[in-house]
Amino acid sequence: MSVSRHDIENIARLARLALSDEEIPRYIDAMTRILGLVEQLNRVDTSNVTPMAHPLPGQRQRLRPDMVTESDQHELYQRNAPQVSAGLYLVPRVIE
Amino acid sequence: MSELYARTVAELSEELRTGRVSSVELTRLFLGRSEQYQGELNAFITLSADAALEEAARADERLRAGHGGPLTGIPIAHKDIFCTRGERTSCGSRMLSNFVSPYDATVVERLRAAGAVMLGKTNMDEFAMGSSNETSFFGPVRNPWDPARVPGGSSGGSAAAVAARLVPAATGTDTGGSIRQPAALCGVTGIKPTYGRVSRYGMIAFASSLDQGGVLAINAEDAALMLAAMAGFDERDSTSVELPVPQLSATLEQPLRGVKIGLLKEFFDTGLDTGIEQCIQSAISALQAQGAVLREVSLPNLPLSVPTYYVVAPAECSSNLARFDGVRYGHRSERPRDLLDLYELSRRGLRCRGQAAHHGGDLCAVGRLLRCLLPACPARSGADQR
Repeated sequence: MSVSRHDIENIARLARLALSDEEIPRYIDAMTRILGLVEQLNRVDTSNVTPMAHPLPGQRQRLRPDMVTESDQHELYQRNAPQVSAGLYLVPRVIE
Repeated sequence: MSELYARTVAELSEELRTGRVSSVELTRLFLGRSEQYQGELNAFITLSADAALEEAARADERLRAGHGGPLTGIPIAHKDIFCTRGERTSCGSRMLSNFVSPYDATVVERLRAAGAVMLGKTNMDEFAMGSSNETSFFGPVRNPWDPARVPGGSSGGSAAAVAARLVPAATGTDTGGSIRQPAALCGVTGIKPTYGRVSRYGMIAFASSLDQGGVLAINAEDAALMLAAMAGFDERDSTSVELPVPQLSATLEQPLRGVKIGLLKEFFDTGLDTGIEQCIQSAISALQAQGAVLREVSLPNLPLSVPTYYVVAPAECSSNLARFDGVRYGHRSERPRDLLDLYELSRRGLRCRGQAAHHGGDLCAVGRLLRCLLPACPARSGADQR
């Protein structure tokens, strides 16, 4: 299975990545190779393999009570933001 | 006794405990070496001399009061993937080149609590994607044994720093070989612990189901001292394992007599460089001389590990790196036309885009196996690693 230039342009648009014309063939190559790997895995008979959620036995996904554990530190966190006003993140106009 | 800078963590710890040297003196010594070799090796992204000397002074007080542990006052470095409060945490990327972390990673917090003194943040492949340390936004790291060669990656800065004795030990992370491979290429000891042993809280994610923090050190004894301080359950990482950490240092003196070690048939079937094959043979003989039992084992599914890795890792990486959009933190492009333009232009700063599928990493070893990490010597810088 191979990936077309159109597929790559479409995926890049959805992923919000701007690709140059020189980059597109590299992405076609890499994506085609990944699909080849998926096909390789699809050919493996895993009917007798128990799905593994953790390399160590007896481990499960922990749950915790839905409680507030953090204090409000938005000023500290927003110090890293490129543009902030009145506690809000600023971005360029979205709708004309 | 060798020069102070060439000693192990365990030896330096003894010097500190007996008061023959102070942490401030050690910190000055290693800071001096780190600065001296920075131009040649580029092992660091950030050196924080002032903060380190303050930490060292506090460690000295602790040592004088008799409250020191094995790491109290020992200078170390963190891979720049671990968040350090108030310090730049770049992950080797332009996207985070201006990011100052508002909090400490659990690993950083625990080593700080143990009294270790952080000298700075080591260089790495961008977002830990790479195996030669040439994808860093901050320039490549060079191998101290031969600056024309790569140190391996992605924890190449930590490996080079330990190999050149710029620090006696450093942290690293390993997703598909990023501790083990640079440790091999720089001739130091590296350990990727079992998944879940070391908290991933504050460790910038690449492929969350594979990422694990670990250590690069001079020998196993030092790696055990570091790992003992880093490991253990952390409720802030939902995949952290709720199991007691074994006494890692307790097994150091345990004889190898009767210990079974597997030799992976599949690794020896592929063409090995003759020099490397000789090194492995001499390692096998050394282990046998200690009474270890070496046995050939086979992992018939081994050929599936590479396809599995290159499906899982890029998929998880794509989810994890989607957050770098130039809105809440990190690099934002100049004068974007609109929001779409802001995302697309800002992400031009990501050098690793699309590279996950290209890079040949190195895969998990199972149980106790003697294996060869690379079939040949480190490549020269700039050579294709694929």
